[in-house]
Amino acid sequence: MTTTPPRVGFFTDTSVCIGCKACEVACKEWNDVPADGLNFLTSSYDHTGTLGADTWRHVAFIEQRVAAPGDGAEGLRWLMSSDVCKHCTHAACLDVCPTGALFRSEFGTVVVQADVCNGCGYCIPACPFGVIDRREHDGRAWKCTMCYDRLRGGFEPACAQACPTQSIQFGPLDELRSRASARVRTLHHRGVDDARLYGADEDDGVGGFGAFFLLLDEPETYGLPPDPVVTTRDLPHLWRWAAAAAATLTGAVAVAMFGGRR
Amino acid sequence: MGSNMAECHPVGFQWVMEAKLRGAQVIHVDPRFTRTSAVADRHVPIRAGSDIAFLGGIVNYILEHGREFREYVERYTNAAHLIDESFRDTEDLDGLFSGWDPERRVYDRSSWQYEGVSEISAPMGAPRQSKGIATGERHGSHGAPLAGHPDTDPSLEHPRCVFQILKRHYRRYTPEVVEQVCGVPRDEFLRVCEALCDNSGPERTSAFCYSVGWTQHTVGVQYIRTACIIQLLLGNIGRPGGGILALRGHASIQGSTDIPTLYNLLPGYLPMPQPEDQTISDYLDYNAAPTGFWGHMDAYLISLLKAYWGDAATADNDYCYGHLPRVSGDHSTYQSILAMRDGTVKGFFVMGENPAVGSANGKLQRLALANLDWLVVRDLYEIETASFWYDSPEIDTGELHTGDIGTEVFFMPAAAHTEKDGSFTNTQRLLQWHHKAVEPPDDCRSELWFMYHLGRLIRQKLARSTDERDRPLLDLRWDYPTNGDTSEPDAEAVLREVNGWDAAGAPLSGYTQTKPDGSTVCGCWIYCGVYADGLNQAARRSPRVDLDWVAPEWGWAWPANRRMLYNRASAAPDGTPWSEATRYVWWDADRKRWTGHDVPDFEAGKPPDYEPAPDAEAEAAIRGDDPFIMQADGVGWLFAPAGLADGPLPAHYEPHESPFGNPLYSQRSNPARQMFPRPEDPYNPADGQPGADVFPYVVTTYRVTEHHTAGGMSRFLPYLSELQPEMFCEVSPELAAERNLTNGDWATIVSSRTAIEARVLVTERVAPLEIQGRRLQQVGLPYHWGTRGLSTGDAANDLFPLVLDPNVHIQEVKAATCDVRPGRRPRGPALTALVHEYRKRAGLSEEEHA
Repeated sequence: MTTTPPRVGFFTDTSVCIGCKACEVACKEWNDVPADGLNFLTSSYDHTGTLGADTWRHVAFIEQRVAAPGDGAEGLRWLMSSDVCKHCTHAACLDVCPTGALFRSEFGTVVVQADVCNGCGYCIPACPFGVIDRREHDGRAWKCTMCYDRLRGGFEPACAQACPTQSIQFGPLDELRSRASARVRTLHHRGVDDARLYGADEDDGVGGFGAFFLLLDEPETYGLPPDPVVTTRDLPHLWRWAAAAAATLTGAVAVAMFGGRR
Repeated sequence: MGSNMAECHPVGFQWVMEAKLRGAQVIHVDPRFTRTSAVADRHVPIRAGSDIAFLGGIVNYILEHGREFREYVERYTNAAHLIDESFRDTEDLDGLFSGWDPERRVYDRSSWQYEGVSEISAPMGAPRQSKGIATGERHGSHGAPLAGHPDTDPSLEHPRCVFQILKRHYRRYTPEVVEQVCGVPRDEFLRVCEALCDNSGPERTSAFCYSVGWTQHTVGVQYIRTACIIQLLLGNIGRPGGGILALRGHASIQGSTDIPTLYNLLPGYLPMPQPEDQTISDYLDYNAAPTGFWGHMDAYLISLLKAYWGDAATADNDYCYGHLPRVSGDHSTYQSILAMRDGTVKGFFVMGENPAVGSANGKLQRLALANLDWLVVRDLYEIETASFWYDSPEIDTGELHTGDIGTEVFFMPAAAHTEKDGSFTNTQRLLQWHHKAVEPPDDCRSELWFMYHLGRLIRQKLARSTDERDRPLLDLRWDYPTNGDTSEPDAEAVLREVNGWDAAGAPLSGYTQTKPDGSTVCGCWIYCGVYADGLNQAARRSPRVDLDWVAPEWGWAWPANRRMLYNRASAAPDGTPWSEATRYVWWDADRKRWTGHDVPDFEAGKPPDYEPAPDAEAEAAIRGDDPFIMQADGVGWLFAPAGLADGPLPAHYEPHESPFGNPLYSQRSNPARQMFPRPEDPYNPADGQPGADVFPYVVTTYRVTEHHTAGGMSRFLPYLSELQPEMFCEVSPELAAERNLTNGDWATIVSSRTAIEARVLVTERVAPLEIQGRRLQQVGLPYHWGTRGLSTGDAANDLFPLVLDPNVHIQEVKAATCDVRPGRRPRGPALTALVHEYRKRAGLSEEEHA
């Protein structure tokens, strides 16, 4: 008898990220993701830019002037955060995929099967985070698989294993969420009032993330949408509206046609 | 301080983060706000090159406020020792210590001695100095010999006791002076002092972590000495959570000093013999201390000679001691490079190093390489040191022409650490064995393979030689077993020899078993025990869940698997722990033995109240409450009567190139620093000299996480290159405005050596500082780049001069001066023209500096 494994995920605690980018390298090494060029981006120490077909982990660097905790004097803050596919509870990419290349795995993660993907690209605008993308010269869509092959082998994903400071934690989602709440409480207790979780709420627009974050500022600061909504959420409503609109239109046409005779 | 640990040691930094999670306070003192600062509790910006003033200020704070750990200082340091009447401090001589010889620019250290020590430590004696070796060549890394018993004043009141001398020496290092010299506001500085003192004492400990931000200065050794003084005053040495941690730049730099790649040391910090050390007996007379564990130097040396020359080494031939080379002066890397330039050194092996990028004054390095007969470079890729003859800045400017270069370059592809067996020794002296994961590709081979087969072939060629000079090679025991198609020598067989064996061939289990009678073999006495019981102890990997927090069965630490040196100091003089919180090693009165979490760094059965007989020798001369067992007097040295070339106490000196004067003394820079004024190595004028304003900014170098040192292991890899794709400079928004620099655009950085270009990264992380009423801009340069690989760029070290610390001959590349201008640098001969124009403006004559 087989039992379903618990849903697993990432808890990325950006308050302990040292911006070493080991996650980016480990991800590329394990998943054989191609290098994507030497681009000096003038964006602090970030020369990766964004998540994409050839970047499944991306460390953002944000330099800020902020009031220091305690004396309130203005000081520098350098935020670092390793972004990744959110593995949404309600994943629009998966909803729109016509070939079934995108599927929900037994671990609760969202995975693209390269050998099934036909490169239609519907998933790309469907993602509220801009995570998934098509690879140039290949045409197929690629993104983080949460190292599906490693999970099946009983290993943790490459990025989590490479992270030296446990900024990227992997495990059963329930456990991660309670650990994350405790961490936020500790940070608040230490006067880090800005600490908040992003994507840990099951009632948010995507039903909670499988890969959620502890942030030290508004999500927008990190280039993340503040209130992401699964783009396919309104599809049923849209159809209803479409039907109503069609009925109204029919009525209006009827009025126009018959009213004119009055 | 002097370290960007999160960026340069990210794996080790996980433990700092873990300590932080448990409530530790992390303070980062650094010219730049780095990734370390980002996760520290406090970042204190400081002017590059001013750390002794900052640390000296802390010493003064401790002493003025009585914050020292009194009992520790009284009993475990030389605070009570009296210094010779003839000693004069920098306070008396305006920046010089007594004994300065201005003509030869060296110190005679006889006046720095303890009072009552009849015979001054021989290595520092005048006869030796007259041979021009007034620097650190004489010493291993530990203490110096001592004869006689120093006079002391346990009340620490005597005006000539070390404690009072220390007080006077640092009295003027006030918070106001710190602010003037370092640019650290008074309140900010005092907060650091308070945090450090509040977290030291019987109940708590604090540690310093440093890297080459401290060492690569003309006063580098004295930077670390100042930290030693602080840590001894606060009782933070030999106790858990304390210490001064030297973070190394590569995986096994510690290993390569233990079993050295240094010219002046033999394995285990035995000094290299000098020409006048004709026999073992001469050598021991000069080097072996009669008291402390160096008292057994004869056993360590003779066991080493037996490891080298096996059966050929006998008592009759002085164990082949005569085969050892003699060191006649400074033959460090920079002197050797100059000798290549001057044509006296003809051949050069380069392994695990890329001097054309990684050493100061890159042009001089490359001109020297071009003057060799032959050069062997072993590396993973064809690095700049191997390609200089057709691809280098000098080829571009026309200063070198490929057709004129006679150097025969042999590039030998090397195996990576994943492709060979071996050990890494980390900063904690912990040896960790690594097993080969994959075969090296193609012709790539390990260093062990190369050295073994090179030796084998040379010995084959010399087999019939009757020339005496070939005896050292022909007498070597050179019989390592080999494996596989490539005849790879067995690395464990080398480890076994390093460990050593007894007359019956059984592995030794510790260095106390080495004997001076030729019956034991030991390749490195401090590593003895790493192969105890015939097992590779460095390969132990017991999971931490099965071990206590000291984890004694993870790898193996020298000496004797001790995880902390001088841990006798973790207990009070009576042998009881200083506190429950810092309990580590203590005296078990019932069992009459030292015990604890770690292997005691003390004779296990020596009681705390042990008093040596007046004529006791070696470790028997160390009292039961003297924890510093490698020192001849058993105590930690606040004042160093021997061992240093540039003073018994650290004093603040300006970097060789500095836009500021020294507000503390009229002696501006370290008087004993090594300089090499020659046409290829001009110096920027410093403050007060004409032309100093031509180079108004301070420039410092560093590494970033994404690249590895001189780039050989990172610039050739796409996954690393794309993460930091180009050479860049970090400048403040103010400097950008002042010099018209645009973020992402190009800047040219100029010194009197050369000019380099870099992409501009404008950032508030490099803050301007107020120094002596002037606003100072600092320019930050990573030094990873060169002409080869996927990610290429100019080499930062090309900007820096050859000017060295006199103790260890390290280059000053953490603080110098420069100018910055917008745009890319000129190409071809126009580059040399630009540098010449700068030299002219700075008043550096073209005859001297052509």
